[in-house]
Amino acid sequence: MTEKNSSGHIAPVHTGPSVLVVDDEHDFMETLVKRLKRRGFNVTGVNSGLSALSLLKKEHIDVVILDVLMPGMDGIETLREIKLAWPKIQVILLSGHGGEEMGLRGMAYGAYTYLLKPVALNSIVETTYQAFEQSGVRR
Amino acid sequence: MSTFGYKDLGTKIAITALGFSLIPLFALGVTMYSMFAAAYHNKVQSNLVALAENKRQSIDLFLREQVAQLRTLIYAHSTEDLSSQEKLDAILSTMQFSSRPFIDLGLINDQGRHVSYSGPYNLKDINYKKEEWFNQVMIKKVYVSDVFEGFRGFPHMIIAVGKQDKGQDWILRATIDSDIFDSLVRWLQLGDKGDAYLVNRAGELQTRPRFGGKSRDVFAPFLGTAFAGAKIREFESGPKKMFVGGIWLEQKDWLLVIEENMYGELKPLAEAKATAWVVVGGGIFIIIIGTLLIARMIVAQQDRINLAQAQLNEELVQSSKMAALGKLAAGVAHEVNNPLAVIREKAGWMRDLLEEEDVQSSPNFQEFDDAVHKIEQHVERAGQVVHRMLGFARRMEPVCNDVYINDVLKQTAVFLDNEVHFRNIELVWDLMADIPAIQSDASQIQQVILNLLNNAIDAIGRDGHIQISTGYEEDKEMISISIRDSGPGIDKEIQKHLFDPFFTTKKVGEGTGLGLSISYSIINKLGGNIRFDSEEGQGTQFIILLPVKNYDRKE
Repeated sequence: MTEKNSSGHIAPVHTGPSVLVVDDEHDFMETLVKRLKRRGFNVTGVNSGLSALSLLKKEHIDVVILDVLMPGMDGIETLREIKLAWPKIQVILLSGHGGEEMGLRGMAYGAYTYLLKPVALNSIVETTYQAFEQSGVRR
Repeated sequence: MSTFGYKDLGTKIAITALGFSLIPLFALGVTMYSMFAAAYHNKVQSNLVALAENKRQSIDLFLREQVAQLRTLIYAHSTEDLSSQEKLDAILSTMQFSSRPFIDLGLINDQGRHVSYSGPYNLKDINYKKEEWFNQVMIKKVYVSDVFEGFRGFPHMIIAVGKQDKGQDWILRATIDSDIFDSLVRWLQLGDKGDAYLVNRAGELQTRPRFGGKSRDVFAPFLGTAFAGAKIREFESGPKKMFVGGIWLEQKDWLLVIEENMYGELKPLAEAKATAWVVVGGGIFIIIIGTLLIARMIVAQQDRINLAQAQLNEELVQSSKMAALGKLAAGVAHEVNNPLAVIREKAGWMRDLLEEEDVQSSPNFQEFDDAVHKIEQHVERAGQVVHRMLGFARRMEPVCNDVYINDVLKQTAVFLDNEVHFRNIELVWDLMADIPAIQSDASQIQQVILNLLNNAIDAIGRDGHIQISTGYEEDKEMISISIRDSGPGIDKEIQKHLFDPFFTTKKVGEGTGLGLSISYSIINKLGGNIRFDSEEGQGTQFIILLPVKNYDRKE
């Protein structure tokens, strides 16, 4: 029911930064995408690091929100690949509780910052804007 | 649990030790005594032998003297002199003047007729021809008789010697005073109960012993063939035990019997025996006491070791339990965390949608709004539980700063000021003034203290006191923190599970059961240890030890 309602309300007004959400937990990714879209972001979502990389080759993305713990290619690996190919893309890491260490490691590899789950949507929105501005400065 | 099975050990030790010490002691005592007894017996017997030989010599000497005297008489005087009554009387009185034993004296011709007689009896003209001794003298020229009554009707003994004068045999016969002979034999007794007497080959008494009622059994084994030297035997009749010495005379076939009371002779031996028993008894007593003490000490020591072992085991079990539960908690938390994140996002999405105008106008809008709010609230609650579980499982590495524990305690207590006043609980402070600063993590310690104080307050309920004290254990280089409450104490059954995660006595929703187990692992991580003493009705005391120096703990 939510799906139907949502599809009706998401207006394609892609004025804000274009964002890619990468999370293996499909329901989480999908909901986050919907909520961010609703707040004016141009958002796409994928379930794995590999899909993220292949999508980045085709589309322009400003900010990637990347889950650290994923099966197969994990967040850190994906981060390194992204930063290698598209150094300007800002990456925000999402890690579970106690993932500070992982987050710090990610920052060493060039992540913009890391957020600890559970995280309020507002923080994600704010951080994404900041990251986007950062990418603009660097640009 | 500890004393179990060690009573047995104590008994075994005691029995073994007693066996190994008492048996040699006993053997030593018995051997020493029996050797001493044998030596002493030998000594007593050889004394008796010497005595018997001495005595025999003096009796033999006496007899030989009498015979010699008679022989001197018969050869020194002519037959005519001896036949004359007057001369014979004179000779007898001279003899009695120098030698007491002679009672009478008579000369007998070869027809056995008493030719002359001097003495108290009227024995003149009595014919001895048919007497056994007469014939003996005629053949052997000398004769010493047994004691007999003869013509006089009372016991006496005679000595007779013979000579030939002008082809005719003459016999000089004298009677010996048996009293003098008796006393000669009896003289030189050893002890109070000793006795000496002579018996002839037939076992008839020849002298009067000191004590009457002699049993023939005393000397019977010595009769029969004469033997050289003295023989000693032990004789026992009823309560009387004695040594009996027997020796044959040389001058006459008489046996000298000497009796010595064994009790008198062996008195020193009996004393030695008594002393030996006292010494052995004392030794046994001391050994038993010593053995029991040692056994008890060993058992106590073993008990202590076992108790320590059991405590160590308990701690090990506790740590491994913690580790296992930590892993489980982490796994569960991670698994629960993801669905929670999804639920949270879905609720967020619903909230987003509820902001739409047409939904707001729905008659059930308020219900939707409430429901979403509740979902968010409970996701938050569940999130906190997960957070704590993960905190238990994987705590952040402790930071390391100088910590002034007294300050930490004071600061922590401030959090509880209101609660304490409201419940009328008194905080009693007993802080060591110059306690050293420790290298540790103040906030983690604070978490533990807060937890313990909260528990103490909950335990007391209302009206009571909590004593907070600190101290320094120099030898271990550790500071101690003690929190003692006046609460009801902890049930024995509950004590076992006190540090177990998720174990709580509080109502559902009021406690997670993680407080003490987190405290336990925090203190463990800081290199210290935490323990408690609790007695039902006596309150509970938690004691924390923390190292002064930073303890590099390996996980």
